[in-house]
Amino acid sequence: MSVLVFAESTEGTFKKSTFEAVSYAAELAKNNSVACVALSIGIADDSKCADLAKYGADKVISIKGDKLNQFVAEAYAKLISNAATQENATIVVISNTYSGKSVASRVAAKLKAAIASGVISMPDTTAGFKVRRGVYSGKAFADVDLKTPVKVLAITPNTFNITEYNKALQVVHAEGGLNDTDFISTPVEVSRVTGKIPLTEAEVVVSGGRGLKGPENWHLIEDLAETLGAATACSKPVSDMHWRPHSEHVGQTGITIKPNLYIAIGISGAIQHLAGVSSSKVIVAINKDPEAPFFKAADYGIVGDAFEVLPKITAAAKKMKAQAI
Amino acid sequence: MSPIQKRDFMKILVCISNVPDTTTKVTFTDNNTKFNTAGVQFIINPYDELALTRALEITEKQGGSVTAITVGLTDTEPSIRKALAIGAQDAVRINAEPTDAYFVAEQIAAYAKTENYDLILTGRESIDHNGGLVCGLLGEMLGIPSVNVITSIEVENGSATMERDIDGGKEKLTCKLPLVASAQKELTEPRIPNMRGIMAARTKPLKVVEPAASSATSATVAFELPAAKGGVKLIAAEQAEQLIEILHNEIKVI
Ligand SMILES: Cc1cc2nc3c(=O)[nH]c(=O)nc-3n(C[C@H](O)[C@H](O)[C@H](O)COP(=O)(O)OP(=O)(O)OC[C@H]3O[C@@H](n4cnc5c(N)ncnc54)[C@H](O)[C@@H]3O)c2cc1C
Ligand SMILES: Nc1ncnc2c1ncn2[C@@H]1O[C@H](COP(=O)(O)O)[C@@H](O)[C@H]1O
Repeated sequence: MSVLVFAESTEGTFKKSTFEAVSYAAELAKNNSVACVALSIGIADDSKCADLAKYGADKVISIKGDKLNQFVAEAYAKLISNAATQENATIVVISNTYSGKSVASRVAAKLKAAIASGVISMPDTTAGFKVRRGVYSGKAFADVDLKTPVKVLAITPNTFNITEYNKALQVVHAEGGLNDTDFISTPVEVSRVTGKIPLTEAEVVVSGGRGLKGPENWHLIEDLAETLGAATACSKPVSDMHWRPHSEHVGQTGITIKPNLYIAIGISGAIQHLAGVSSSKVIVAINKDPEAPFFKAADYGIVGDAFEVLPKITAAAKKMKAQAI
Repeated sequence: MSPIQKRDFMKILVCISNVPDTTTKVTFTDNNTKFNTAGVQFIINPYDELALTRALEITEKQGGSVTAITVGLTDTEPSIRKALAIGAQDAVRINAEPTDAYFVAEQIAAYAKTENYDLILTGRESIDHNGGLVCGLLGEMLGIPSVNVITSIEVENGSATMERDIDGGKEKLTCKLPLVASAQKELTEPRIPNMRGIMAARTKPLKVVEPAASSATSATVAFELPAAKGGVKLIAAEQAEQLIEILHNEIKVI
């Protein structure tokens, strides 16, 4: 038996969330006294796969192929579920990223396995197999009991620690055994925002609302974000008015994030906005209205005008960074 | 109808989930095992509204039909009726409590198997249990491709061109029909039902189907509300730079 973890990579590189998943799977495997097997699909080479052993994989199965350089849900799902069957996996761990989630659901259906997405806990196996996940867009948690022999867990990024196990690398190169029908959907163009931290992976997020008055003032947000190595986000009206791209909209109908630090500037703190950000470890609200609801959800607050406060904070952050070097 | 339009006649199924209004203050009853529906207004899941609207736009352009389907008990009928008012031609309600995404997908797949849809649309996720799973599950159960979180879709000559969000970017892809895709924000602007639509909805067919046999794969055993924040610590605006000091030295998040 084993725990199988899908080691998601982008253009041959594993992400932080992948190492989190591998360490999560390794801990599960250890608790069950079984092996942790990582599956790499795409172009990641053996030197990269060494990191998977470092963070907990007893064995790495590496499947390469021209067509596998890009993510295709149907093909990837087949490879993951085949590996799960071969390795006699009782638990399949996948990162709850866009790609991860789209493949996890197909894997679950193939294996007739119960699935939980957005998982934020290790399983509690004292009675059944319970995992905790976020529900109601961050307004609550649910404990879900998975009842099938094989389970699929899509675990939330930025939630679990990366642990150094430093295991010896054991790579098995395998053939995918796929045919053309497995590639029915074909990517024709991929554009990634380069040089910017993806919002869902960012540890620090600086976010602006309608209080910023207009897109011409966004340099204030961007300056602070750049100084802190943070991603930028915004409230829904801001993206609706096209001040910022839709991909930055966080909240109940936008992206749900849980960075270590969320700084909200000129955002009122409507329930739909809070839903997407309330799992952030530390929340700072900056708003000129002392009655703004955001202050009830924040750990730290500054009542003041963003146009006066932000430059001060950014200057202090720059000074702090300069001293840190 | 011109021959081209005929070829592109689209038979579309849209999956509608019935969810608490976004302003709902979430609480639980029965020792934290049940969602407290008292005083809660239910709506069509916002992403499903986008899926439905896009389906209508496609069929209005090139001919076709839009069926709305929901898995739910009688209390979900206002939402499925609203889907009819927005413009779906007919609706199906599978008469069962939607216990989890796996169950919902099984039920919809069982129904869809006999109907030969060209396109099935779901929402990116339902805003109550945030699974984001039905699209992929359906794809696998029906043996068709599934494309998650699409922000655009055009259909032509039996295939679809879509854009979807990927981690840190966007991807454009093409895929032969039939397929299932899940609607992400940006797909379109949701339509609001007008008076004529609301009147018409009363006489549109709403078929109630009994659920197919299936076994529960999971069960929610308890809910919990997040711990309340300890109260905000205010920093004076004049000393805003103190914030950086606290974040860096005290709580070490930057
Ligand atoms: C179905 C539905 C779904 C929704 N989903 C989302 C969602 O996912 N995400 C989301 O964000 N919203 C969502 N909303 C919208 C939400 O209800 C609020 O309308 C929105 O979050 C408000 O955005 P805002 O805080 O930027 O703007 P406002 O509410 O206008 O607040 C602006 C704030 O800026 C402050 N301000 C003004 N000037 C300054 C200044 N100079 N310095 C400092 N502060 C200043 C004001 O005091 C105010 O608090 C949704 C709404 C609905 C109905
Ligand atoms: N009970 C339901 N009936 C019909 N469709 C549903 C139901 N629950 C979820 N869906 C569809 O599946 C999508 C994703 O839901 P979920 O996987 O539950 O987050 C929703 O946006 C709906 O389109």
